[in-house]
Amino acid sequence: MIKVNDLHKSFGDNEVLKGITTEIDAQEVVCVIGPSGSGKSTFLRCLNRLEDITAGEVIIDGTNIANREVNINIVRQDVGMVFQHFNLFPHKSVMENIMLAPTKLKKAKGENQNQRGMELLKKVGLEDKASAYPSSLSGGQKQRVAIARALAMNPKIMLFDEPTSALDPELVGDVLQVMKDLANEGMTMVVVTHEMGFAKEVGDRVFFMDEGLILEEGTPSEVFDHTSHERTQSFLSKIL
Amino acid sequence: MNLNPDAFIQVMPYLAQGLWYTVIITFVGVAIGCIIGSMFGLMSIARFKVVRWMAITYIELIRGTPILAQILFVHFGIPALFNYNFDPLFTGVAVIAINSGAYIAEIVRGGVQSIDKGQMEAGRSLGLNGRQTMRYIIWPQAVKVMIPPFGNQFVISLKDTSLLSTIAVAELMYQGRQFASISFNMFETYFMVCIFYLMITIPASILLRYTERRLDKS
Repeated sequence: MIKVNDLHKSFGDNEVLKGITTEIDAQEVVCVIGPSGSGKSTFLRCLNRLEDITAGEVIIDGTNIANREVNINIVRQDVGMVFQHFNLFPHKSVMENIMLAPTKLKKAKGENQNQRGMELLKKVGLEDKASAYPSSLSGGQKQRVAIARALAMNPKIMLFDEPTSALDPELVGDVLQVMKDLANEGMTMVVVTHEMGFAKEVGDRVFFMDEGLILEEGTPSEVFDHTSHERTQSFLSKIL
Repeated sequence: MNLNPDAFIQVMPYLAQGLWYTVIITFVGVAIGCIIGSMFGLMSIARFKVVRWMAITYIELIRGTPILAQILFVHFGIPALFNYNFDPLFTGVAVIAINSGAYIAEIVRGGVQSIDKGQMEAGRSLGLNGRQTMRYIIWPQAVKVMIPPFGNQFVISLKDTSLLSTIAVAELMYQGRQFASISFNMFETYFMVCIFYLMITIPASILLRYTERRLDKS
């Protein structure tokens, strides 16, 4: 589903990604962990080209998006993204947030719109908030709306950029539950996270990134319990 | 004291006519200024350097010169070159439009840039292109931010029209000067001229404050 080949990314002289090669299968849930500044978020943002790709290939469902001639907007319709700071549209109601892109991009028509929107809201447990505005929601509710908004385009892949890092601890659970449900439905997911519990329980594979490279990749038990890398060990010992 | 109370009343028909011109020139001028300002404001944050550079040149040229110089340049300078005369009213509307356009361009730029970068990213990540994201997500939010400084600019442009009296546009200031020069009631006339300007600027300010408070709430 996702194939990354020798991906490099530089900001000016600062090389943030130093040649990443990996593959992610359909329906797989990959959690990306690592110290801050290791390039996790940049890696994720290269997967839908929110960051321009300096060199290498990123092949999403057969399309190499590093190629400038590819219409990235079409590819992005299949790749949902959830941000650390939610980025809901504050001037639109919850329902409008969710249905804006499908309506403007002609993915949903007329009466089906609201029905589809309600289905998604039910899925994230917020069917009573359809007409609310983002400013009246809690962080956890905002993030669940953001997930519903991304799902409204019927994506094949979902990218999560530290989805729970900006939340109060007691609100994290609801968001993780929605993500778990999504994983169980077979969504292909790439999750940059500090939630090691989630990575262990839900992740099919864990990538440990450090200094612009994937230092180690394996099943959660391989990475968390049986790692042979000194760098991984020292990172895990600090946070667990 | 040489106060002539009757003059306060006598000057009114003159000023009423002048006020009409002042209002028309301001509204039409600033309306065109909005179009110019939106265009150049968006150009000043465009991706292409040449486009940005064009917008910045216009903005800096206008903001760096006094409006009186602009009025005289457009009304006497340009026509002298081509042996052609502009109608003073045309000059008036044109200068107010070009002048306010530069300031509105800065307001537009500031408004758009004040919107969090994450909004553009969220729109783009859903598959909307840059133009669609601008139109449906960034612009509606930016307009809210732009309303207070825009109201301010409206009041400034209204007062700037008084300088058009130098090229004999029959607006408020010019009408006042005409009456003063034939009647010699200087105090009464210019007092009433100020009152007439305040009749528009004070309601405008109140409306502005009211709008600001409402925007704060939403």
